[in-house]
Amino acid sequence: MEGLLANVLNGLSWGMLLFLISMGLTTIFGVMGVLNFAHGSLFMLGAYLSMQFVRWVGSFWIGLLLGPPIVAGLSILLERFLLRPLYGRDVSFQLLLTFGVMLFLDDGVRLIWGAAYHVVDPPPLLSGVIPFFSQSYPVYRLFLVVLGPLVGIALWAFFAFTRWGKILRAAAMDRQMAEIVGVRVPAMFTAVFGFGAWLAALGGALAAPHQSVGPAMGERIIIESFIVVVIGGMGSFPGAFVGALILGMLNSFGTTLLPDVQMALPYILLAVILLTRPRGLFGAEA
Amino acid sequence: MRFRARGDVVPVLLILLALIAAPFFLSIYGLIVLTEILTMSLFALSFNLLFGYTGLLSFGQAGFFGAGAYFAVLTLIHGPGSLWAALAAAVIGSAVLAAVIGWLCVRLDEIYFAILTLGFGMMLFTIAHNWRSVTGGSDGLGNFTLPGLNLFGHDISLFHPVSFYFLVLLIAALGALLLWRVVGSPFGLLLRGTRENSLRVSFVGANVRAVRLFAFILAGALAGLAGALFAFFNRIASPEMLHWSFSGKAVLMTILGGSGVFLGPAAGAAIFFVLEHVITAYTTNWMIFLGAILVVLVLAFPGGVLGSLLDRLTRGRKGPPA
Repeated sequence: MEGLLANVLNGLSWGMLLFLISMGLTTIFGVMGVLNFAHGSLFMLGAYLSMQFVRWVGSFWIGLLLGPPIVAGLSILLERFLLRPLYGRDVSFQLLLTFGVMLFLDDGVRLIWGAAYHVVDPPPLLSGVIPFFSQSYPVYRLFLVVLGPLVGIALWAFFAFTRWGKILRAAAMDRQMAEIVGVRVPAMFTAVFGFGAWLAALGGALAAPHQSVGPAMGERIIIESFIVVVIGGMGSFPGAFVGALILGMLNSFGTTLLPDVQMALPYILLAVILLTRPRGLFGAEA
Repeated sequence: MRFRARGDVVPVLLILLALIAAPFFLSIYGLIVLTEILTMSLFALSFNLLFGYTGLLSFGQAGFFGAGAYFAVLTLIHGPGSLWAALAAAVIGSAVLAAVIGWLCVRLDEIYFAILTLGFGMMLFTIAHNWRSVTGGSDGLGNFTLPGLNLFGHDISLFHPVSFYFLVLLIAALGALLLWRVVGSPFGLLLRGTRENSLRVSFVGANVRAVRLFAFILAGALAGLAGALFAFFNRIASPEMLHWSFSGKAVLMTILGGSGVFLGPAAGAAIFFVLEHVITAYTTNWMIFLGAILVVLVLAFPGGVLGSLLDRLTRGRKGPPA
């Protein structure tokens, strides 16, 4: 029973991190139609910057506040100068360009911070463990479990109720029409890309105390968040939430119950869902 | 198309002659690099049958490449120790895998096809990585001897780089010839038709799924063949050969050279490995350069290096590209 609860909480905390990344990925795809391969690398960059800020000023919170905007700034340049010339061309070229950016960033952090793994301690407020039946559980993971849904709800409310959210949804639905009624779509795309990158880096900064920080962390999470976005339905927030939860649970229960095939479980799930519902659980059927 | 095909014969024959003559003026090191290029060319050419000609971006091609490697090595270890049996096992085994996986995948297209093929490739990766008793786990299978080749009563040892080079050249050239015949045939026209507009192709009575499936099986079989050669070349079959990032290499090389030209992927493989060997002589951070090069290429050479080059050469002489 206690093992089960610990599994559920582990699954939830990993799932909520996945949810943060996937929200950025699915927003960028939903609004701009771009599948961003470099998203995992932006997540990784967020984690490294957070680690660097902890080293410099000793505060996790400063890193959480300052790191993600730096990544967002870089991504705005990326969108403006590299991605924008490709909008008229085949989607696979955007995939390739962001793949190149991913290789560049993954090796770039190796050049700056070395290939070794780094450990970031959780902030004092969230460090330690709390008693949990007869066992104990890290406070930081509980913090992630609570934070994920809060960010999700805030984002959903933004898209559902604010004027800007409505403009974004309108532009996603019909780009040309939005331009005709006066929306500056190119500027909006840049903003959305920067925002998605901010979310990814925020996820990275939050992940830093949860797992070790290393050059391979982006590569792992990008594939898992692709799976989340695809099984949930591209561009769908509820889909990303459900997908992230399923993948988180699959990760924690798979590791304890089926260690030999755990690695393949997300892919098996992906295949089953894509073959039965080709546009994902919450996607509009084509 | 027929006119262009005939016009291309002369340069292709010249390249083939240069490749046959290569061992007489290249160093052993250069020859080994060239062997690697030829192996990966076959892999990238097989990938481009799907990507360039059929319009399907497969991110799981390394699954068949690696499966071919394992089938070949397992045949050498447990089955008959003959080279041809090992190569046949690689081709047949990966073709069967491609038939099963392709049957499921060709229902989807665009990004969904890319993600689903990636997923199946990673399932194969997991098998190679975790089924330790058969595949040797993450260490891979390196415990085999490369059999010699019996040719006209002479035993030729493939441990010698020159004889191994000729084996790879022969197989890669035959594979390329097969692909060339396929894309030039009416069936190749059908492939390009499904790339441009699959709906219209189905209107004229073709079964789009069957057409795509056949291309998928052929690409998988040739990728498996290339994988077997790669395993012989490295004396090991390892799980990384099935990982999605290895599929990414085929994608990279194809775009680098140009997916719209038949030999574009081979040119891309050559550029890739020459650059890798040049850059890694100076720094270990080769990926940072590769990433930057890829970004520049995507922006500046929309048709890839060979594609854009040929485009520039033929512009003005011939009419607009067909």
